[in-house]
Amino acid sequence: MTDGWSVARALTDPASVAGLNADQWTRLLAAARALSLIGTLAEILADQPLPDHVSRVLADVRLSNQTGLRQALWEAECARMALADYPGRVVLLKGTAFAAAALDAARGRSIGDLDILVARDALDQVEALLLQARWEWVKPDPYDDAYYRQWMHELPPLIHAERDRMIDVHHTILPLTARPRPDAAALLANARALPSGLYTLSPADMICHAAAHLIADGDLSGGMRNLWDIDRLVRQFVEEDAGFAQKLEERAKLHHLHDAVARALRLAYRLFGTPAIWPIRPGTADALFLRRITAVDGWGRKTRKLTRQGFYIRSHLLRMPPAMLARHLWTKWRKGHRSQL
Amino acid sequence: MRHACFITVGPARFRIGSDWRAPIDQLRALYSDYPMDEVVPDFTVRLQSTSALRRYVRPQVAIAGDFMLPDAVPLPLEQGLLAAEMAMNLQMALGWRRHLLLHASAVSRHGRAVVMTGVSGAGKSTLSALLAERGWRFLGDEFVLLDPDTGNIAPFPRPISLKNAAIAAVEQEVDDDTRFGPVMRDTPKGTIRHLRPRAEWVEQMARETRPALLLFPRFGYPRAVRRMDEAESFVRLTQASTNYVALGDRGFDALTGFVRSVPACAIDYADGEEGAELVERLWSEQGVRAAAA
Repeated sequence: MTDGWSVARALTDPASVAGLNADQWTRLLAAARALSLIGTLAEILADQPLPDHVSRVLADVRLSNQTGLRQALWEAECARMALADYPGRVVLLKGTAFAAAALDAARGRSIGDLDILVARDALDQVEALLLQARWEWVKPDPYDDAYYRQWMHELPPLIHAERDRMIDVHHTILPLTARPRPDAAALLANARALPSGLYTLSPADMICHAAAHLIADGDLSGGMRNLWDIDRLVRQFVEEDAGFAQKLEERAKLHHLHDAVARALRLAYRLFGTPAIWPIRPGTADALFLRRITAVDGWGRKTRKLTRQGFYIRSHLLRMPPAMLARHLWTKWRKGHRSQL
Repeated sequence: MRHACFITVGPARFRIGSDWRAPIDQLRALYSDYPMDEVVPDFTVRLQSTSALRRYVRPQVAIAGDFMLPDAVPLPLEQGLLAAEMAMNLQMALGWRRHLLLHASAVSRHGRAVVMTGVSGAGKSTLSALLAERGWRFLGDEFVLLDPDTGNIAPFPRPISLKNAAIAAVEQEVDDDTRFGPVMRDTPKGTIRHLRPRAEWVEQMARETRPALLLFPRFGYPRAVRRMDEAESFVRLTQASTNYVALGDRGFDALTGFVRSVPACAIDYADGEEGAELVERLWSEQGVRAAAA
């Protein structure tokens, strides 16, 4: 069992850590940190009998979890106050959304940037309000800035001058250059209100977003954490709503994300034993995805360089048609050279 | 990784892995008095090559581990020991939660400690090294670990990192040449040489001490002493702590408790000799006052 798989095993079967020796613990903790799953692991193992020192390390992690949660929710509140004059819906995405809605997926989850979704025609107003509230541009490069505005699903990242926290303002959930075109208006229309006045995506749309992010966009570098989100969300949503599988099917089709969701559910089933709410058919390349997702060793190093590079190239191909990709890489390559001179 | 060792310093346990043998050998020599059992560590540190080629050709050590800075500059292999020290500091600064961490040095006498804090170059390492050669117990020259529950200091006696002119000043004081590490020139911080703490300080590193005096030394200024009130000490120490924010209310309670329990002074001094003498004088005045009260 590789170190990536041992993290998955400890998360799904907490009692299985009982027999680990010091070396196995050391490797498990390092791999979990590298996968950004140490916070989750600490919560999952909170009630297990643990060796003294492991329990001290994980107690520290749980303290950090509390701080992280508090900071993430405070950041959302700051954005809410900054956007108080914006009449449209402000939808929290990813980790902050899980935390604000107190979903199981939030337990121990590391939360970095604040991700929000607003209507595309409101971007100018939202951007202006955030700048007024002391968020600033991170990317000073005009090419990057123009690229974001023309082709991405979000504004160029902003960072707050005092709190040093980033916000990503999305207007949809996939880059405009990607083949699937999720229905952004439907995402907003179906969003669920939180007591604070902010929103989260509907349960089915949350899964669609997580799958889009994992399968149809990035290079899977945060893949295991993403699949763990999906695992927790699916388990909770099927419990709360017997018709959830059907609803997810409808929404996935609406957003052109049926294949991505199907793949994400299969991978989660293989890795974490997530309930198979859709029929599991053996998917081509699933093994390759899992190879990539578990590519970490007991020192927290990324392994399987070739597989990772393959997925990195794939992430670019998914985002851009070949001619555009060539132009993009050419521009980046020239800039790289110029900046070295 | 190909080469590895485990080192325990005070309450913190490190696992250090390296693509090269040399940094691990140097660590083993510098930390020969410390426990090196293979235990589950608090932190993993990696000294790794920036590319497969760079492992052999003009090797560059990239600093990595549980906690990393995205823009950390790699160091040449000759400075591998410094890379290891920097990486261990980084893990503490970003990851330690059991104590409030102050960027400070500390020495103690009769179980009571002087904490010296200041920006890089203020002389906290040098002062702690000089005092430690004159009968004080060395508690650490980089981080002071304040226990939020008891208000005590947990010693964290790492090898003392001497820089530039301070190297010669301390070499004069120390008879035992084997206590010094290799001289590393042209590092980002100038010339650096480590001084191994005495074995008895390492043996005593599990024994906590009570803080008694807080100093804000400043090297290279005409001699001056100024009392500092609690509020100013507090604000300055929030700047000097790497995990004050991360600890939340525990950090606030620990820090307010600390500044209320110890008197504080800003001290300016022209050279190490004067600085050490000033600390001794303030200490004995403090002792008199404590005895009178």
